[in-house]
Amino acid sequence: MAQHLSYEESVRGVWKGLGLLAAVTVAEVILSLLKAAEFAESIRPLIYVASLLIIALSVYKAYFIIYEFMHMGYEVKGLAMTVLLPTMLLLWALIAFFNEGDAWRKSREKVLYKDQLVLPNSTEAGLSDDEVTLPE
Amino acid sequence: MTEERDTDIIIAEDHKPELANDWSGGDRKPFRTSYGKLMMWYFLLSDAFTFAGFLISYGALRFSSPSWPVPDKVFATAPFGIHHLFPNDEAPLIFVTFMSFLLIISSGTMVRAVQEGARENKRGVVFWMLLTVLGGAGFLGCQAWEWTNLITKENMTVTTNPFGTYVDNGYYLDPETGEITDEEVVEGETYLLHVAGQSHGEEAAAGNHDGEAGDHFEYSTIPGDYPGYVVDGARPDGTGDPTAKPFIHRKYVVVDEETNEQILKIQEFGPTAFGALFFGITGFHGFHVATGVIFLLIILINAASGVYVARMNGYEMVEKIGLYWHFVDLVWVFVFLVFYLL
Repeated sequence: MAQHLSYEESVRGVWKGLGLLAAVTVAEVILSLLKAAEFAESIRPLIYVASLLIIALSVYKAYFIIYEFMHMGYEVKGLAMTVLLPTMLLLWALIAFFNEGDAWRKSREKVLYKDQLVLPNSTEAGLSDDEVTLPE
Repeated sequence: MTEERDTDIIIAEDHKPELANDWSGGDRKPFRTSYGKLMMWYFLLSDAFTFAGFLISYGALRFSSPSWPVPDKVFATAPFGIHHLFPNDEAPLIFVTFMSFLLIISSGTMVRAVQEGARENKRGVVFWMLLTVLGGAGFLGCQAWEWTNLITKENMTVTTNPFGTYVDNGYYLDPETGEITDEEVVEGETYLLHVAGQSHGEEAAAGNHDGEAGDHFEYSTIPGDYPGYVVDGARPDGTGDPTAKPFIHRKYVVVDEETNEQILKIQEFGPTAFGALFFGITGFHGFHVATGVIFLLIILINAASGVYVARMNGYEMVEKIGLYWHFVDLVWVFVFLVFYLL
């Protein structure tokens, strides 16, 4: 805990923390470039794993900034909880809105597909033997 | 002592009992912290929700698009022509990584300023805050360059996104003759539409060819439908959109898998939301950095003139602006994540 650290120790802690954040950032950029590299295009799992790793590293960076640089780790627990717990609401917002975005894409694709369907002409209209199959 | 005399008025204010302790009505501080620090935390919580709202809407719009510009392609330039030193004249994410470092380092110097404040070391506070201000100003300068480059060189605006992405595989048509070439169109690859007549556009377009047909070819600057490409704008025959910028769209063919037919396609603009989201969100973050720099400067000047010496509270004001400054860095972690890394 910061209170128990000597001045020299806490100064060293800052530079160590800075080095850690810089190293994590470099790792993220390398993963991001790897993910976009040409050879990666054929390997889907690599893209997913790299993306998840990048997200995990960013969350770690956020944790480190809040707990060390902003000293949240050394505040009273109640203070930390009143600030951190409300952000949990965002988890549902993430799930709901990303799902919603995906639904927008699907319904737009459906509209585009329907737009390009050709209307049967008058002789074919009504009950006919021609079956119009709609792919799901 | 002359130094303190300049701030006599402020020192006198500080000695008013009602200002010495902002928590009134009790002898114990809630959460064992000061009023100012706690309220800064709650302000930051509300600001986090604002940013989260923006970033989540970015996510929703990105999920709703059939394609999205690849950041490595969009953010591949750097000042002073540094990107020309890299293969294909592209320096993916290099400049923005530098920007991130500036912000991270300024966060570190801010922690140092807070530490020196806790020891009541005025010189230390001033020195480390000055470095923090320099880091923040440097970041803003970099962002100004990035925006200028995107707007003036690459013609990206809030409503126009020239960074498109192919959604199928195919082959380009030769711009001059309209014949199918063996130059491949690759699904998922991002391209930049150039504006006819801009030197930048011609260079880059010629650079796309491997010394073949297009090498000495120049795109027409007159809007119209040409054998291998289309130029936007009012055409001589009266058709076309007169308000449109003369963007060059190359043509390519895609082979339909079922019918084996060749379908002619034209390079489209990228998702419109990209420009608005990019300028909106990085702009809002940049605005936070700018206000942060202003407040850092105010507190730096106050600290240097000895205002906080008299308060004897371990430079708490420096701690509060420090919280804000780290928050700005924290938000950048997520802006960097969604716009540049993913």
